[in-house]
Amino acid sequence: MISAGRLRDLLHRAAGSDVWYSFRSSRVTEVAACVVAFVFIASFLAPWLAPHTPFDPATISLTDGLKPPVLFSADADWTFPLGTDEQGRDVLSSIMYGTRLSLVVGLCATIFAMFVGIAAGLIAGYAGGATDALIMRIADVQLTFPAILTALLIDGIVRGLISVQRHDEIALFVIIGATGLSFWVQYARTVRGSVLVERNKEYVQAARVIGLPRILIMVRHVLPNVMGPVLVIATINLGLAIITEATLSFLGVGLPPTSPSLGTLIRLGNEVLMSGDWWITIFPGITLAALVLSVNLLGDWLRDALNPKLR
Amino acid sequence: MIAFILRRLLQSIAVMLAVGLVAFFVFQYVGDPINGMVGQDTSMEERNELREKLGLNDPAPIQFARFMLNAAQGKFGLSYRVSQSVGGLILEKLPATLELALCAALFALCVGVPMGVYTGLYPRHWTSRWLQAVSLIGISLPTFLIGIMLILLFSVILGWLPSFGRGDTVSLGWWTSGFFTWSGLKALILPSITLGLFQLTLIMRLVRSEMLEVMRTDYIKFARARGLSDRAINFGHALKNTMVPVITITGLQLGSIIAFAIITETVFAWPGMGQLFVQSVQFADVPVMAAYLILVGFFFVVINLIVDMLYYAVDPRLRASGSPRAAGGH
Repeated sequence: MISAGRLRDLLHRAAGSDVWYSFRSSRVTEVAACVVAFVFIASFLAPWLAPHTPFDPATISLTDGLKPPVLFSADADWTFPLGTDEQGRDVLSSIMYGTRLSLVVGLCATIFAMFVGIAAGLIAGYAGGATDALIMRIADVQLTFPAILTALLIDGIVRGLISVQRHDEIALFVIIGATGLSFWVQYARTVRGSVLVERNKEYVQAARVIGLPRILIMVRHVLPNVMGPVLVIATINLGLAIITEATLSFLGVGLPPTSPSLGTLIRLGNEVLMSGDWWITIFPGITLAALVLSVNLLGDWLRDALNPKLR
Repeated sequence: MIAFILRRLLQSIAVMLAVGLVAFFVFQYVGDPINGMVGQDTSMEERNELREKLGLNDPAPIQFARFMLNAAQGKFGLSYRVSQSVGGLILEKLPATLELALCAALFALCVGVPMGVYTGLYPRHWTSRWLQAVSLIGISLPTFLIGIMLILLFSVILGWLPSFGRGDTVSLGWWTSGFFTWSGLKALILPSITLGLFQLTLIMRLVRSEMLEVMRTDYIKFARARGLSDRAINFGHALKNTMVPVITITGLQLGSIIAFAIITETVFAWPGMGQLFVQSVQFADVPVMAAYLILVGFFFVVINLIVDMLYYAVDPRLRASGSPRAAGGH
């Protein structure tokens, strides 16, 4: 446990740090942080905050279908602030639940990519030789292709291997895996570069002399020293992962309409866009745009704040 | 020079083989190729016979060699989803995607470079700041969202431009082109903007940062001291020197444009290869997936190769490397 005095001391140090200063001195970053915090809270507390449960068939009725949002039409009411889709589901509630799924997929995919990338980078950097060459050539080839293509391909392969019904059940894991596997290269390259520097330092030699197993040296001694840049990449990649998930879902190969993410909601809305029911697709779109833009701004800020060269 | 080209060529072949290997594994081991060809009531003996006839019992390296040889001739077998030859399907969709990619690349270049030059020359002007902010948003927004917004504005609200399809096309042999009809050209506008916007912001930011860098160098000061006109300095000296990275990035982005066309084609129901690929992923149509993978891999490799050669042609320092004077650059 941390005593109250120690906590006050820690807070005091944090308030006086460079990072906090650069955070406070950038208005844009502050706004972005607020947006991200708001979206996180609103979506993760969706079961308690959302006005409706949009995917419980008992609570929706077709007579509520296609209601326009408040402020845009006279016959709208505050029961459905952002209107309803053609099946009478509340758009606001769908967005809250959908954002939660988008965030979960984005976070899990980023963490998964981080794990794969760190493991590959550590092994490549520490083992060297043929292992290193093999891992880095695979990384090179994958880097030639855009991430979305890799993700689509992995998704397609999984669909070929299992039946379509099974696929809907495990769609969440498939999409996390596909997105994660298309982003590991950047981590692997960064970690490998840092490992090549760290492995010749004295503390690693000392650990080797003591006779520690290689795996322990890698994880306990080298890894903590290469984590800084990895965390920055992770922040920047979170936005990309959210976009990739949304894109896959929009293309119809991501999360199914029974448990829609923001991307799925946009796709469903896009199908009725031509008839003028714009709110079904535009509100999830705005949410996605605001979320990704804010996450990117935070990532950029973190990169600059932690890089002393740029100051 | 020849050694350089040979080395790049060997690398390209290695990448192509790696892509081929992935495509081969997908083709061979995802789903049973026999199931895709025969009906439910085919007996085991007949299946085994077909298996033997198609060479599916041969050792894997021999099958891989055969797969690559067939791929090189455009033979990928039959699509599982629609019983047509995959080569024919792709050939039918190829012109739509290439025309779209070309228009998008031209749009990105013709708008992105001037915007980059302007923001690089006048970084403190309010127009530049505004363009910078817009470009940040452009780089953050997912492609499909931009497409939907454009459709909402120009098709639904204003009703100026079509929101799906290619319009009327003219056949030139096997190539169908939308360049020669009014509706074909109109149909190209929105998809090209959607597809090119990300590249546009990328090129703009690149040209801007390069211009800022170049304008600080001594030779620009000298050119100014010599009394050259602003136009000669900005375009003759500064812009010319920013072109090397711009060519590289634009060239490499051309490959990405073809890949990202997947998204744009889905938004605008554009009958191209990307749409074909998405459908093949949805239905686990393995032969089409493998063929698309090889084709896109081929595009990427060829583009990278051409970009490297161009790089070599544009930057005299690279050509001179090998001679002792070249070290150090300018």
